[in-house]
Amino acid sequence: MTRSVIELPVSADDRRIARLAALAIGLTLAEAAIPSPIPGVKPGLANIVILLVLMQHGWRAAAWVSALRVLASGLLFGSLFAPGFWLSSAGALASLLVLALARHLPRAYFGPVSLSVLAAFGHIGGQLALAGWWLLPGAALIKLLPVFAAAALIFGAVNGVIVSRVLAAPASDRRQSAPCTLP
Amino acid sequence: MLLHRELRSLLRTGDVWVLLAGSSLVVALTLWAWGGDRGDTAVIRAAGRVIETAALSRAQTFSVNGPLGTTQVEIQPGRARIVRDPSPRQLCVKQGWLTQSGQAALCLPNQVSLEIRGHDTAYDTLGY
Repeated sequence: MTRSVIELPVSADDRRIARLAALAIGLTLAEAAIPSPIPGVKPGLANIVILLVLMQHGWRAAAWVSALRVLASGLLFGSLFAPGFWLSSAGALASLLVLALARHLPRAYFGPVSLSVLAAFGHIGGQLALAGWWLLPGAALIKLLPVFAAAALIFGAVNGVIVSRVLAAPASDRRQSAPCTLP
Repeated sequence: MLLHRELRSLLRTGDVWVLLAGSSLVVALTLWAWGGDRGDTAVIRAAGRVIETAALSRAQTFSVNGPLGTTQVEIQPGRARIVRDPSPRQLCVKQGWLTQSGQAALCLPNQVSLEIRGHDTAYDTLGY
């Protein structure tokens, strides 16, 4: 009997994407514990990771991390292929498409805050487009639009500021606080 | 001074513009969605009697008979209109889609009317 061995070569890139996706999944799980008055109004902390990946490793890596995050959090919440999963996918996809365009904005004028706010609007836009077309056609969603848009603006701005702070943080060897290295 | 430099490193010129554009989008959406009272019910009357009260939640059509013939009312999520009417001047058909609470399309020759109602009616009664 011959034993066949299937080898899957793992590159350094794969490991990095897996590490960053794990970080994004962790943040998604953590923020699920935050109570929210309206489903869908969330800080979107995982977007901080997506933005950092985009700015440091490019759009392809960001798309991988985002897709893995949506898939894995679907598995962890037990909502894989349920409506919530599709809403999450639509949001992630729209936000990635927005970022694909927005990352070409001149860096001198448009920093992480711009990217984060645009991505947040893309995220909620994608979710609402799918929800309005598929789950809740009618006037009900229109009434909630301002709430979602305001949440996207505020959380997008806050996440963007966090991204700039992380990018501007001094190297770990010169830091005085406890080490907290980004994978 | 230090605070100013710190703020500059966080917010660049374009960021301020993006934030302003985002804020105006939020304001515009608020005015659009909450400004007018979007109706949620359509009331159809024939010869003064209410013959149908339908929620503006799903697409459906009604045919109402009057002295001249049949008036067709179409309802879609969030709006309603008169599609067809035997009246000579077609005024109620030309009014198009009604969305706001208090709006009404009257097909007087055929004695059919379509009125939109919301949570709070803007007027107790309207005379035409």
